[in-house]
Amino acid sequence: MSDTAHPLGTAQTKGTASYLKANLREYGLLFALIAIMVFFQIVTDGTLLKAVNITNLFLQNSYIIIMALGMLMVIVAGHIDLSVGSVMGFVGAFAAVMIVNWDMPVAVTIPICLVLGGVIGAAQGYWVAYWKIPSFIVTLAGMLVFRGLSLWLLEGQSVGPFPKSFQLLSTGFIPDIFGINRPNGTALAVGIIAVMAIIWMGLRKRARNKAYGIEDEPTAFFVVRNAIVAGALLFVVYKLSMFRGLPNVLITMGVLTIIYAFLTEQTTIGRRIYALGGNEKAAKLSGIPTERLTFLTFVNMGVLAALAGLIFAARLNTATPKAGFAVELDVIAAVFIGGASMSGGVGKIVGAVVGAFIMGVMNNGMSIMGIGIDYQQVIKGLVLLAAVIFDVYNKQKQG
Amino acid sequence: MQTLLEMRNITKTFPGVKALDDVNLKVRQGEIHALVGENGAGKSTLMKVLSGVYPKGSYDGEIHYGGQIAGFSGISDSEKLGIIIIHQELALVPLLSIAENLFLGNECAKGGVMNWPETYRRTEELLRKVGLREAPATLIDSLGVGKQQLIEIAKALSKDVRILILDEPTAALSEADSQALLDLLLELKIQGVTSIIISHKLNEIRRIADTITVIRDGATVSTLDASTEDITEDRIVRDMVGRDMSHRYPERERRAGEVLLDVKNWNVWHPEHATRQVIKDVHFHVRKGEVVGIAGLMGAGRTELAMSLFGRSYGRNISGTVSLSGKPVDTSTVMAAIKSGLAYVTEDRKELGLILDETIQRNITLANLGDVSTSGVINEAEESNVAERYRKAMNIRTPSVFQKVMNLSGGNQQKVVLSKWLFAGPEVLILDEPTRGIDVGAKFEIYGIINDLSAQGKGVVMISSEMPELLGMCDRIYVMNEGAFVGELSAAEASQERIMSLIVTE
Repeated sequence: MSDTAHPLGTAQTKGTASYLKANLREYGLLFALIAIMVFFQIVTDGTLLKAVNITNLFLQNSYIIIMALGMLMVIVAGHIDLSVGSVMGFVGAFAAVMIVNWDMPVAVTIPICLVLGGVIGAAQGYWVAYWKIPSFIVTLAGMLVFRGLSLWLLEGQSVGPFPKSFQLLSTGFIPDIFGINRPNGTALAVGIIAVMAIIWMGLRKRARNKAYGIEDEPTAFFVVRNAIVAGALLFVVYKLSMFRGLPNVLITMGVLTIIYAFLTEQTTIGRRIYALGGNEKAAKLSGIPTERLTFLTFVNMGVLAALAGLIFAARLNTATPKAGFAVELDVIAAVFIGGASMSGGVGKIVGAVVGAFIMGVMNNGMSIMGIGIDYQQVIKGLVLLAAVIFDVYNKQKQG
Repeated sequence: MQTLLEMRNITKTFPGVKALDDVNLKVRQGEIHALVGENGAGKSTLMKVLSGVYPKGSYDGEIHYGGQIAGFSGISDSEKLGIIIIHQELALVPLLSIAENLFLGNECAKGGVMNWPETYRRTEELLRKVGLREAPATLIDSLGVGKQQLIEIAKALSKDVRILILDEPTAALSEADSQALLDLLLELKIQGVTSIIISHKLNEIRRIADTITVIRDGATVSTLDASTEDITEDRIVRDMVGRDMSHRYPERERRAGEVLLDVKNWNVWHPEHATRQVIKDVHFHVRKGEVVGIAGLMGAGRTELAMSLFGRSYGRNISGTVSLSGKPVDTSTVMAAIKSGLAYVTEDRKELGLILDETIQRNITLANLGDVSTSGVINEAEESNVAERYRKAMNIRTPSVFQKVMNLSGGNQQKVVLSKWLFAGPEVLILDEPTRGIDVGAKFEIYGIINDLSAQGKGVVMISSEMPELLGMCDRIYVMNEGAFVGELSAAEASQERIMSLIVTE
């Protein structure tokens, strides 16, 4: 043992500077989000972090974040899905037609729509995975097809409104089980439990890594990082509890984020998707069923796009032919801002979610400031470019 | 002969590493100068300093070129003065023609409009110089690696080359192509072109080099004059590794047990040309603890045979039976083949063997994630333990298993690939060119690993284009030619001459 260059030893001698350098991207993203929030908090005279606006932020961005989870996996696998906006619109339209025109019960509609999303994903994934047709082309075709089908299904009209039970998908709130209501006890309880869970899991992982001698995050960083996350989480939960409590969609989003983060980072399937995106041929020769995995990432994307479509329709309380228009670009931008690589194999769920929030906070903040949609587009475009340039620059400096 | 180039006291540091430490290199006008050393010794870095990839000022020391102090701030700078480097990875555009490639960036054009007749005329002239008879409009894609290498040289000649630097030019070439290339270098020498050749193939260096500079650990060890004395390969190896390597192949107790792998009536057709049979009725077997070689020229079908066996990764209409320890096994997918106990270490480790952008740890466990996970959830700590174990056992030189594989040298990368397959727990390993492009010291270590495997009772199939390696390592050698096995020789009867004669007479 004594003669080997132990990883722990090298990390300690290199110190915090090199650790920060190696993990610049992840910390940078977190700080960027904080900086953007502070900036808009100041320029909007505190409107950004008002309870009602925080609630709105989640409601407005939920569907982007949900699709970013699936898109991250598609992009990590080395592909792209341009059809998600159209699929989202189409599924929302289909749900409206089922519920409003055909009088189908909500409890039947929702599962059917999710399956429909999966089938759409499968129909596209099949050509990408087994016929090796570039995903850009297949999903570009899908984008046109489902945009057209939504128009056809809705006959160019908006269809709505939805029954109350369907709207709850998006606009519902978790009731206060303690009966206090302001602040909302459930929200506070959930927030505190979540913070404790995060810290407990972090400590456990750290202890385990230390036991194996592979921990390289300096203690100060661990403490500061967790303090920021816990503080932010408690702050948000407190604000939410002072309004109407936890939105249903926040719970959906949070649970899905945890599931997908676990799936990509801790499971063999996740690992294999990264391998597939990193070097498909090598992955295949290592016994990884690359075609099936590619296929499944598209099926998964379809299901999430369908869920996003339902949530979006429920929020607007109507299905319009314009729903989901150009949303795929916001989703893809969120994933790239979050640090994913166009060539596949690199990217994290948490990054994609933070990327989506950065986009969301900018949209929201600029709207409050009254900046026109024209400038908003320009600014978002530049932020995307800057994020990717930052990535490439970092990589070059390391190499 | 006068000195054309002298690099004096070159020192180049990267953050934390001294890549070159006071290196001296003196190249005389009109000679072929060989630069040898283990991988990571600093040869490529030195050439990058010379060609300006590392610009003037980023290193210490002086470059004297043609009697003047020189220093370049980029490749275009050094190319202007006739210093042209041909990298191991060829820089040709596959879907452009020979003519277009030769004058890429240097087109015969007036005001941006191509002068095609002139381009073709000059292309033909250059092709003649390098001994190629291809039409100038031929696409690069349709040429073999050997001819592509000659095109690279022609490209250098089009730029009025004074010093031609070749980085491992014959690493991917067949015996015949290598010979042609070396002959061309000798021919160019007569015409006054000075060359610096980096190579691991010492027999080639002995054949063509006038002077040999040996570099070890970033420093010049010796400069040997081959024109005045006969330099033996052993002498060069000794300088390269800093120790006497009288045994280039480690000793092994040869003890073959019962038949492990048995392949019968193996037939494979080309994946695109359905009428072309690539593997023709091949039979072979491997015993426990046996190292079996497959010799043959490039294109004989050895890699195709291995890949078709391993999960039908190559070819179509595959027929034949594979049994392990007497029982027929399913090898129809890679996963099934791994489960049956086969492993295939690919010829091209960067393209097919490794995920370069991932860590050593993640590469090692990739083919057997099941053993470091419970119901699909990976135990990362256990995974690190496994990686750490292989790092020690295989002597992978790296500060930690969290290093990305792309930061490792060729030999260490190969050890990572081997670790991956050992962790998959195979009975039979097919090693395709296991020592390609890695240095003498690392080769010796790989041979040691192969011997360990044999001692553990595994069966090893070794495909190699280096005949001395097969002769030194194998218990039995099958000779393959044009998709069929044309002979089988025991270690005692095998020799380079017999193998070649089997290939030629069939």
